[in-house]
Amino acid sequence: MYTQALNARDAVAQPLSAEETAKSAAFQARVDDEQRIEPNDWMPEAYRRTLVRQISQHAHSEIVGMLPEGNWITRAPSLKRKAALLAKVQDEGGHGLYLYAAAETLGVSREEVVDQLLSGKAKYSSIFNYPTLTWADIGAIGWLVDGAAIMNQIPLCRCSYGPYARAMIRICKEESFHQRQGYEIMLTLSAGTAEQKALAQDALNRWWWPCLMMFGPPDGESQHSDASTRWKIKRFSNDQLRQKFVDATVPQAHFLGLTPPDPELAFDEASGHWRFGEIDWEEFRQVLAGNGPCNRDRLRVRRKAHADGAWVREAALAFAEKRRARKADAEKQAA
Amino acid sequence: MTEARMPLWEVFIRSRNGLSHKHVGSLHAADAEMALQAARDVYTRRGEGLSIWVVPSNAITASDPSEKEMLFEPTASKIYRHPTFYEIPDEVGHM
Ligand SMILES: [Fe+2]
Ligand SMILES: [Fe+2]
Repeated sequence: MYTQALNARDAVAQPLSAEETAKSAAFQARVDDEQRIEPNDWMPEAYRRTLVRQISQHAHSEIVGMLPEGNWITRAPSLKRKAALLAKVQDEGGHGLYLYAAAETLGVSREEVVDQLLSGKAKYSSIFNYPTLTWADIGAIGWLVDGAAIMNQIPLCRCSYGPYARAMIRICKEESFHQRQGYEIMLTLSAGTAEQKALAQDALNRWWWPCLMMFGPPDGESQHSDASTRWKIKRFSNDQLRQKFVDATVPQAHFLGLTPPDPELAFDEASGHWRFGEIDWEEFRQVLAGNGPCNRDRLRVRRKAHADGAWVREAALAFAEKRRARKADAEKQAA
Repeated sequence: MTEARMPLWEVFIRSRNGLSHKHVGSLHAADAEMALQAARDVYTRRGEGLSIWVVPSNAITASDPSEKEMLFEPTASKIYRHPTFYEIPDEVGHM
């Protein structure tokens, strides 16, 4: 997902002292009791590290996620669509900010985490390394990518870490508009000319599998799940969430008169689930390794935007300092 | 990174229902004016509020979580601070 649990396994934990063992047990008891952990509370180092990684990765995904959609703002087919897309992309920027702020409560600075993104050290969701080739991709992203994000983010609203859970609540409130505006684009295209409907089908064909990959590796291979589950950061496994997404989405595709690009897709009466074919995990690994269609371009654009904005940040700080000094002077003279 | 760090601000918003300002999150900005502007853009995109306060984060003094018990536990034993502690006959009616 936006927090695909991708980084290398942590180094083996050091043995804990007696005091730390007691604190750890008290901490786990609070988590088990569904109490929220707050920034100044004691927490195991590994919990802190896991959260910093997950929350900052999530924030990076929101920020990089603005790029594929931003690509179509100037070419939206109507003023209504343009206003909606602009508002959605602005929301994603806001999501990034809420999440960076949550990560900062754990003792990392904004500059540090942004630097990790720009240097390529930090990951972000694989999905944003795919191109938006046609207007229909904007529909498909809202419907599918934001739809998948909602599946993942709703359980995160109950995450054990207070600031992360609160950020997710704000975000979830805003996501539903994103998904609905995307689906409405797909509805309009699907009800349009044969050519428009073909655009919608083509977008579904290209986004379907990458969206299923968003939930991360299959349960057996996921590197962080055990501890994350124990700490109540993660409440459903990757495969559970993926299945939920497929079950919710296939009927929506059929309503549009579109077909997900999976010949093995079939409804299993007994379980009530849609069964789907094999995911190409090699493609997933390649995209994560930096070899997706747009990885290099996404980072290049982010780096340029950050560098181009440096003088603005510098000027704002210099101006604030000048005004502060002037005010101090004026007060001294008045005294 | 040689860039100077942007100060951190805490954002409080009073919603239209007349309740008091409530903490909604934080953001970075060079000065109070820009913090207000950013808070408006980030935290009130859907009519969430009618008034914003921004406070430099380092101006906040917080209670120490390790003193939580000492600070807040004693109230648990003071049940006489609650109205339900007092028995009033039903005939008296609602009070
Ligand atoms: Fe988002
Ligand atoms: Fe979204």
